[in-house]
Amino acid sequence: MQPVSTIHYLVLSAALLLIGTVGVLTRRNIVIILMSIELILNAVNINLIAFSHALHQVTGQVFAIFVITDAVAEAAVGLGILIALFRNRETLQADEIDLLKW
Amino acid sequence: MSTFYTATDHFSILPAIMLALFGCSILLFDAFDAFFFGGARQRRWQLLFVVMAEIGAGVGLVKQTLYLAAGGPNGLPLDGFHGTILVNHFSIFFNWIFLVAALIVAVVSYQYLETAGEHHGEYYGLILFAQCGMYFLATGTDLITLFIGLELMALSFYVMVGFLRTEQRSNEAAMKYLLLGAFSTGFLAYGFSVLYGIAGSTKLSEIAAAVAERSPWDPVVILALVTASVGLLFKISAVPFHMWAPDAYEGAPTTVTAYLSVGSTAASMAFLLRMFMGPLVSARAAWEPLLAVVAVMTLTLGNLAAINQTNIKRLLAYSSISHAGYMLLGLVAGNDTGINGILVYLLVYTFMNLGAFIVIIALRRQNIIGEDLDDFAGLMHRSPGYAVLMLVFLLSLAGIPPTAGFLGKYYIFLALVQTGHYGLAVIGVLYAAVAIYYYFKIVRSMFMRDEEQAAPLATSTGVRLAVTVAGALTLGIGIYPEPFIRFAGAALVR
Repeated sequence: MQPVSTIHYLVLSAALLLIGTVGVLTRRNIVIILMSIELILNAVNINLIAFSHALHQVTGQVFAIFVITDAVAEAAVGLGILIALFRNRETLQADEIDLLKW
Repeated sequence: MSTFYTATDHFSILPAIMLALFGCSILLFDAFDAFFFGGARQRRWQLLFVVMAEIGAGVGLVKQTLYLAAGGPNGLPLDGFHGTILVNHFSIFFNWIFLVAALIVAVVSYQYLETAGEHHGEYYGLILFAQCGMYFLATGTDLITLFIGLELMALSFYVMVGFLRTEQRSNEAAMKYLLLGAFSTGFLAYGFSVLYGIAGSTKLSEIAAAVAERSPWDPVVILALVTASVGLLFKISAVPFHMWAPDAYEGAPTTVTAYLSVGSTAASMAFLLRMFMGPLVSARAAWEPLLAVVAVMTLTLGNLAAINQTNIKRLLAYSSISHAGYMLLGLVAGNDTGINGILVYLLVYTFMNLGAFIVIIALRRQNIIGEDLDDFAGLMHRSPGYAVLMLVFLLSLAGIPPTAGFLGKYYIFLALVQTGHYGLAVIGVLYAAVAIYYYFKIVRSMFMRDEEQAAPLATSTGVRLAVTVAGALTLGIGIYPEPFIRFAGAALVR
């Protein structure tokens, strides 16, 4: 069996990026859009850690920890805004939130 | 002081420490304020904290300037944290812009938030945290520092845009801004991860060396360039990543709109310049045509979409998009005049755009939103002072001499002609003519129409002071530009 190399991780990461992008562009539920954004950030993490491993460095892993922290902060703020929105509008569908024209 | 945190490190982030410290203090004291006094809250001391933070940051910036001046004619580099922070005239120039923007916005916010009934201490804390993020965007020379700075600024802005909790438009604007912002940040981070893979380092200088070894058309370089550009262009609201700007501008509290349009744009422009003139400079052959196309699309959409707007905040949002297009043209030209043009443009843009938004803030009353074209009807008869100042800001936004806006456009066009981009210069001038049309729709409403309400505007001293300062600088830079141009020119020494 072929050993797992850096290129495998990069392909996985590119696939995650693609899935996340398609998710953001096609799904209408805001929670699922937020989850798709998390997928994109996880693609970034896999990239960073794969490079970090290949280069025998720790920098990439440190960067990944910062990206994880940022993803959490973004999700917290996002869900907070979502709750405020839901209290006023009672909907989670992105295409029903249309007071301001896109 | 250990080797992990030396005196130089401390000095290189002194203004940011001041901002973060006072920002945290505001949050802490706000909690105790509620604990001790219950309902009766005093907000004035929070404003005082912001002023003290800005004084602290300003003193830090002056100290850094003096340090650089003593280091020699070009200034010794003042770098901290093993080369992840670099303080130079470029960063100091931008930090003065952020400082002025944050201070003016904090001063005019007081009355606006009282009227809106959402006056909370966190607001002032968020202004300072956002400015802290901007500081790291202007000084950072490492991908991690820049990424964290960008997110600190962006997260603060997401919350501030949605600050009117009970108003649906504000919720909606914040949600759209967050979804699109987080999406673009994901792409930016992906681009960063590829850059890290190329160079094996997160330092901009080492990435620049690694990218220079490769061809500009190397697919990996193109991948990093395109994904990073998505994030960078989103932040300055360039087409096709502009969709958030009109919605966020319209839905946000007007004070936040002012801060967003000035502070966020300036910081993102500093970030963009750092990236394109730093690590990506050797891939110029690949990004110059890309940016030229983006700039022309930005100018086209920004100016044409603004024509039909009746909401002034939305109109100014589209005009901000077109201003971003002009600044991008300076980067396409790419010579010293062009980069200097961007800096001058940003400086004058700060004052004229802030001023225009402050006039909208002054129109906000109980029950009157004051952001529709009709609300400006007959402003000349109601409050001649505000009407004349608004005229100055609009003339400047349109780029008509002797106001400051002319100066910004002049340098951009000069740079385009110097580098032989005649076609782009012609397009830019034509769209400047289109812009005059929609700016003068507001002027016509103010001067030619009869007023719908007779009462003059009742505004606080802070608002009057802020609008006067913005007006004086908009005219002042236009009439006597010499010191300001020299200030921006010194920032070029990188």
